[in-house]
Amino acid sequence: MANADLKANRPLSPHLQIYKPIMTMVMSILHRITGAALYFGTILMAFWLICAAAGPESYQFAMDVFGSFLGRLVLFGFTWALVHHMIGGLRHFIWDMGYGFELSAANWMARATIAGSVALTVILWIIGFIVA
Amino acid sequence: MTDMRTPLGKVRGLGSAKDGTSHFWRQRLTAVANVFLISFFVVLVIALQGADYASFTEALKNPIISTLLLLVILVGCLHMKLGMQVIIEDYFHSEGRKLLLLIGNTFFASFIALASVVAVLKISFGG
Repeated sequence: MANADLKANRPLSPHLQIYKPIMTMVMSILHRITGAALYFGTILMAFWLICAAAGPESYQFAMDVFGSFLGRLVLFGFTWALVHHMIGGLRHFIWDMGYGFELSAANWMARATIAGSVALTVILWIIGFIVA
Repeated sequence: MTDMRTPLGKVRGLGSAKDGTSHFWRQRLTAVANVFLISFFVVLVIALQGADYASFTEALKNPIISTLLLLVILVGCLHMKLGMQVIIEDYFHSEGRKLLLLIGNTFFASFIALASVVAVLKISFGG
């Protein structure tokens, strides 16, 4: 293989774009996407804490930013990403312990992940509005 | 293909990254901790929503709350650093760019973690 012509027009094996997305595939990539989103979302957490540490005026500024329509929208997305990534993580724990590899179980858990994350996010926000 | 390495060699060599399963294990360990810590964080944020400055700082002066919040920050940032490392290693194949991103990943996670820790400590010590 050392002298193989890598630039020649060689056949390629089928890749992502050739397959119809299925539930387990979508949940797999969503786990990664939500993880990456939460990674950058920590900027918001740091912003919140640093503003609070800087004094009352900057704390109020952070509160106004998060309380605005756009701020709430971002926090709603943040909540969903957090909940989804956590439920996806619980699914990984089940696999780590050697369970849930049957097709029916994997499909069931994939559906439960998305349904659970959306439901729990809405419930958390309802609780948030009730206690406000 | 037959594996020619002895069990002792496998243990000593720890694989091509010389790291063994430590990355995997830390990822899972921080994940287990995060199930509890992030649940606490969500409850805390809901409880503190719209709080005025005085009640916010009073909450963070509680040593249990500030300790748990510090754990949220540190364990969370370690978990996300490990996770982003895997993403970078999966998608970036040129050595230079990969190394640059891996360094940036460590810098970013360290900065977010330490900046947040300093902020929490400043509030909880009453600065």
